[in-house]
Amino acid sequence: MTAKRRVIETATPWAMRAVMYFMVLVVGYIIFDIVIHGAPAISREFLFEMPRKGGAEGGIWPAIVGTVLLVAGTVIAALPLGMAAAIYLSEYASQNAFTAAVRLAIVTLAGVPSIVYGLFGLGLFVLFLNFGTSIIAGSMTLACMILPVIIVASEEALRAVPQNLREGSLALGATKWQTIRTNVLPYAIPGMLTGAILGVGRAAGEAAPILLTVAAFYLPVLPRSVFDQVMALPFHLYVLATQHPDADKVRPLQYGTALVLLALVLGMNMAAIILRNRFRKRIRW
Amino acid sequence: MTASKRAKRRWGEKAVQVLLTGAASTCILIVVLIFLFNAKEAAPFVLEPGLGALAAERWSPVSFQAQAFGILPLVTGSLLVTILATIIAVPFGVCGAVYLSEIATEPERAFFKPFIELLAGIPSVVIGFFGLIVIAPRLKSLFGLNSGLVALTGAIVLALMAVPTIVTISEDAIRSVPESYKQASLALGASRVQTIWKVIVPAALSGIVAAVMLGIGRVVGETMAVMMVTGNAALVTLSPFESVRTMTATIAGEMGEVAFGSAHYRALFWVGIVLLLFTFVLNAAAQRVLAKYRMFRA
Repeated sequence: MTAKRRVIETATPWAMRAVMYFMVLVVGYIIFDIVIHGAPAISREFLFEMPRKGGAEGGIWPAIVGTVLLVAGTVIAALPLGMAAAIYLSEYASQNAFTAAVRLAIVTLAGVPSIVYGLFGLGLFVLFLNFGTSIIAGSMTLACMILPVIIVASEEALRAVPQNLREGSLALGATKWQTIRTNVLPYAIPGMLTGAILGVGRAAGEAAPILLTVAAFYLPVLPRSVFDQVMALPFHLYVLATQHPDADKVRPLQYGTALVLLALVLGMNMAAIILRNRFRKRIRW
Repeated sequence: MTASKRAKRRWGEKAVQVLLTGAASTCILIVVLIFLFNAKEAAPFVLEPGLGALAAERWSPVSFQAQAFGILPLVTGSLLVTILATIIAVPFGVCGAVYLSEIATEPERAFFKPFIELLAGIPSVVIGFFGLIVIAPRLKSLFGLNSGLVALTGAIVLALMAVPTIVTISEDAIRSVPESYKQASLALGASRVQTIWKVIVPAALSGIVAAVMLGIGRVVGETMAVMMVTGNAALVTLSPFESVRTMTATIAGEMGEVAFGSAHYRALFWVGIVLLLFTFVLNAAAQRVLAKYRMFRA
């Protein structure tokens, strides 16, 4: 090996290691920056009180409630649908044009930009179905957006269940659905839930789709029905950061909101990862 | 089992299957509805003021004297930010993927991988906020600009969001290169670095290309972060140090104030259609590459 070659051989892995560490540092820095500046803003008043003076004072309670309601609505709409579609794809689908079309549709849905979901939600739910800008319109829009995430993760969980569990059950005379219900789903549910939580985390953090379908700029009251508008954390952060006339003065509130949102979304992701690991430890094929 | 019970069970089985098939077909339905409703809201624009209006050179939809709906500045804005973001994200993403799959030790991998996944989990508004407060002022002083809200800031923020996609999918592709390729290369006397760059990466190239395309898809469609940091001036420019306005930011920023049913409203749906077609083509191409890749591996 020439000297030059030897230098390349040792330098390249180190250079790549440096790139990797740099990326980790950047991620760490983003989170550190939000936490360190956001933490002082967090107080009981900030979390549980209504905003005052256009969001310049007071808390973010309605935004938290709004986001929780939106997420709940999204789960109710997307979870059963996504799981059912995944069961179809993994257990029933044969190699035909319909299945291919479903798969193409899922891939397409996964690639549609979030703002286009917003336009779609505006056209279909807000205007055509006449829901108005409301929790239900926003939830439905978000549900369409996270559907592919749930389906892909659920199908993977179903496929991970070994084939002989199905065959054993079928050989004993159980029907297909009995087999799925008793011998496949119990083992796949944790994996499916993991996917669901990841999807929901995404729904909680997205501002673009709700911008056009539900989010209120400033609305210091709690909603009374699913046809009411609500504030939501991501949109509130956007408003505070860019639309507020005195953006620098409300900086602590911006950081506080960012921290709450980050904690909510990353908390959900973390829960999904823990759930996945537990499940992997418990069941070994 | 009595005959009636058996019949009932058979019906139950059938019903479940129909239900599940129905659930699966909603995916197709939603895709159709997305195209349909975008088209429905955009369509009247064809009659008044006519599709030619989209080819104008300026985008100034609320001006009284010279209303113009030229989407060119928005398209170039999106392209500029996307290209810059890709240039930044690809080296990092590919390096990270190669490192994770070929060089990193097991504990290193266990530590790094969640960090990359963490980055993918951070909401785009939060990354946009970080870009606005932390990155933009630094760029402003670094390059002596009038404002930090320029295309380059947007590109950096978007690169942050594209990297996780590129790393995760490229890593899968690199890991699926057969071990025998590596062994053959090493047996022929190639070094580890030579094996990585001349055998493994080329073998995984189509997968890496697909990963980059999916990353670009995410970048083009990203809305909130880019709206917060690019300054939103609808200029036709190729300079990274000028403010630009992307297609996504235009829709998000203007849809809230527009009169329903106006030409401006319809024009925004046209922007949505352009965006939708763009990402659709990109995604379909990436999937095609990935599918070919899987076939080749199998």
